[in-house]
Order: sequence, then C-alpha cells, then structure tokens
Amino acid sequence: MIGIVDYRAGNLTSVARALESLNEPCIITNDSRLLDDVSHIIFPGVGAAGAAMANLRESGLDGHLKKWVQNGKPVLGICLGTQVIFESSEEDDTRCLGIVPGVTKRFPADLREGGERLKIPHMGWNRVAFRKDHPVFAGIPGDAEFYFVHSYYPAPADETWAAGWTDYGIRFCSAVARGNLVAVQFHPEKSGRPGLTLLANFCRWGGIDAQ
Amino acid sequence: MLSKRIIPCLDVRDGRLTKGIKFKENVDIGDPVEAARAYYEQGADEIVFYDITASAEARAIMLDVVKRVAETIFIPFSVGGGIRTVDDMRQVILAGAEKVSVNSEAVKNPGVIRDGARAFGSQCIVLGMDVKKVLASSEIPSGYEMVIHGGRTFTGLDALLWAKEAERLGAGEICLNSIDADGTLDGYELDLTSLISSHVGIPVIASGGAGKPEHLLDVLTRGKADAALIASMVHYRTHTIAEIKNFLHERGVKTRMLW
Repeated sequence: MIGIVDYRAGNLTSVARALESLNEPCIITNDSRLLDDVSHIIFPGVGAAGAAMANLRESGLDGHLKKWVQNGKPVLGICLGTQVIFESSEEDDTRCLGIVPGVTKRFPADLREGGERLKIPHMGWNRVAFRKDHPVFAGIPGDAEFYFVHSYYPAPADETWAAGWTDYGIRFCSAVARGNLVAVQFHPEKSGRPGLTLLANFCRWGGIDAQ
Repeated sequence: MLSKRIIPCLDVRDGRLTKGIKFKENVDIGDPVEAARAYYEQGADEIVFYDITASAEARAIMLDVVKRVAETIFIPFSVGGGIRTVDDMRQVILAGAEKVSVNSEAVKNPGVIRDGARAFGSQCIVLGMDVKKVLASSEIPSGYEMVIHGGRTFTGLDALLWAKEAERLGAGEICLNSIDADGTLDGYELDLTSLISSHVGIPVIASGGAGKPEHLLDVLTRGKADAALIASMVHYRTHTIAEIKNFLHERGVKTRMLW
C-alpha cells in the first residue's frame, strides 16, 4: 500500500489516479498511524512553502516525515513536497523540514537562454539528466521529458544528493536521491509514460540506493 | 530548455464533442474522454476543454467528463467555459483539471483572476482572450480590442493593456485567440501573438487559424508563442500530432518527441 501524505497542499488526487492506473493500491491521508503502516510514502504538493510548512507543523506531520525517512521507508517527494524537505525556502522566507541540507531558491528574475528572456514560472516539458544507476529512474530514456510548474528550485548544499539536473537558463537540481529518499521537482503523475514508469519503479523499490 | 507545447482544443456541449472527430470507425466518435485518450496517445502535450454548455444540469455532466478524463490521461489539461467564481474553479480542479480558464467572465469581473490565483496559485489560472483587430485609437492604442460572447460584443478594452492587467492580477498563462484568424485555417495572427507574448512575463498559447504544420512553425518562432492550440487540423484528421511534431523538430523547434 502506498500512502499519499495529505497536508492540504493542492490536488493530491492526480497522484492517486496515476497510481490506480498502475494498479497500485493507495490511500490519501493525514493520519500518521495509517502512514506508519504503509510500505511507501509519497509526499506531493502544489502551492506555497509557507502555508505548506504551517499545515505540516500544525498537524504534527513534520516530525513523522523525518521519522519515516530515518526509518528507511521509501519516500518520494514531488514538487512542493521536494522543496520543503530542504532546510529552508526563499518562498515566504520559510524554515523547512531540514531532511536534505540546502535551500530552495527562486529563479533569478532576468533568466535568459540564447538571448531570449525566459518566463517564470518554469512551466511545461523539459528534460532531466538522471544519475543513471538509480532503480527509481530505471528504463527512462535520456531524451524523455517531464512536466514542470514552479518558480523555485531545490539547491542541495552537497551535490552528491543530486540525482538529476535540468537546464532552464541555469542548470538546477530537478531530482535528489539518497538512501530511501527520492524527490523530484517535476510532476511524474502528469508526465505521460516516462512519469508513470518512474512511479511504477518507486512502488516496486525497496528503498536502497544503488550508489 | 522548455519544449514548445502542442495543445488540441476540444469543444464540449452536454458532455459530447461538438465537432465530428473520427478516430476509429468502431469507437463512439463523440466522446470527449475517448478523444482525450487518443490525443494523449498521439503525443499531445496538454489538452484544453471548452465547455459550451448553457444549462446548470449540463455543468454536472461536464464535471463528470473532467473526472473521467483525469482517470484516463496523465498530462495536464485545462477546462474553460462558464467559470465565473472561485467555487466554479474549485469544482473543476477537484474533479481533476490542472488549470481553469476564464474569458468573458474575467472581463466582466477581473477580481475572479486575483481570487482564483490566491486560492489555487497562478499556475492554475489561464486567461482566455478573444481579440479582434481594430483601428488604433486613444482607447485601443494597440489596435487590438477585446471581444466577448464569441466575438459578438466589443468591450472597449485594449487587448495588450488587458493582458498586462490580468498578469498583474495573477493570471499564470494566456490563451490568445484571434477572432479574425479563427476558423480560416490560414495561419495564426502572428503580429498579435508576438505583441502580447513580448509584453508579458507569462506563457502565451496562440489560438485561431491553424491549418497546416507551417502555421505552428511560424507562431512558435516569429510569433514568439510558448504553445500552439490546434483543432480542425487534427479533428478532421488532415494531420496528426506526431506529424506536426516531427515537422517542427526537423526545423529546429524543441518539442517533446517521446511520449
């Protein structure tokens, strides 16, 4: 059973629908006792870091998330879920969970590529150069694209956490992985077949990093 | 670098497609969910649904369509048509759409853009614009005027000023339809598209006039559009999405080639 953490951050049902299409049973819940019992945790989210952290603290899920990562349960962060596992976010100047050393930064205002001014949010399809040996990214072709919608990006203090990179005016870390934790900035549930492959890989993964 | 998006637009009335779309002989050709599935499998980057339903009962039917689409395709899609309030938006988003679009409703009540962006984030709010070319004047300095009710009513609102105002209010994207080009199959309105796209910091989807792949090439390069909406050229099977993408890819436009 896959547990989807409900902390009032956006529409969590799209992740559940993608899992259902893969015949993976899942529950969406904010009940930490139910989440203690699931085999895998998905920590998604759309919205602002400040409100998300306030909801996580109020519900006590912040401490549980740290515990699940420490205890070795496979955890997948998505989008805002990925951003708030870092120490802090420049969005609303928010203190975050501190599971991964580093900060979530805002894209520079004057982002350019080939002379063209780039629009923010970074919204649409882009490539991810994955660290090739990770089981959760297995079978995803190098030129596959994923759907992104964000104005902030994760910047790990220690680049050995980075498991994928994406170019948008700057090169930013679009996936992190260590031990039983994988977190991505894009939306695998909205990225067609490559995204579904990633989710299917995660659901079958025992939580051991190949590195 | 982002890929340019190719977005089929599906018009829905009372839960059925309004334009004849022929995918397979033995498939119910009027079902929007099946059409969405077919375009998803052909490589659509996103899908736009426009609900042209009038009655309140049919709104519930549309929400059911949205729910079934969300169970079937795993790419983003937006829903527009008759969305007037934050509560209308919430229903569509909870049914599974990533984005909602507001058009005439926002002209009459611009606050709905701000309220929607506050409630769901700017990335959820698409401003639909129907625009007609007019003589430039002190009221309409850009020479492009906002029209509503499918182009029947002039608003006295300058399209460029409205686009900037909507961005300020929190719109996350603009779907820009030229009423003059719409239905002609003669190509997008490049001047309009490039004017709006170069004056806002949010993505612009060009709409109206697509008849062949060259038109998409033009609007995604010279027109500076971030995405191109298509309808007849794929609905009537004169072209496929894969064929359009190959055409663009061979000419150096970055598109998503693997799905």
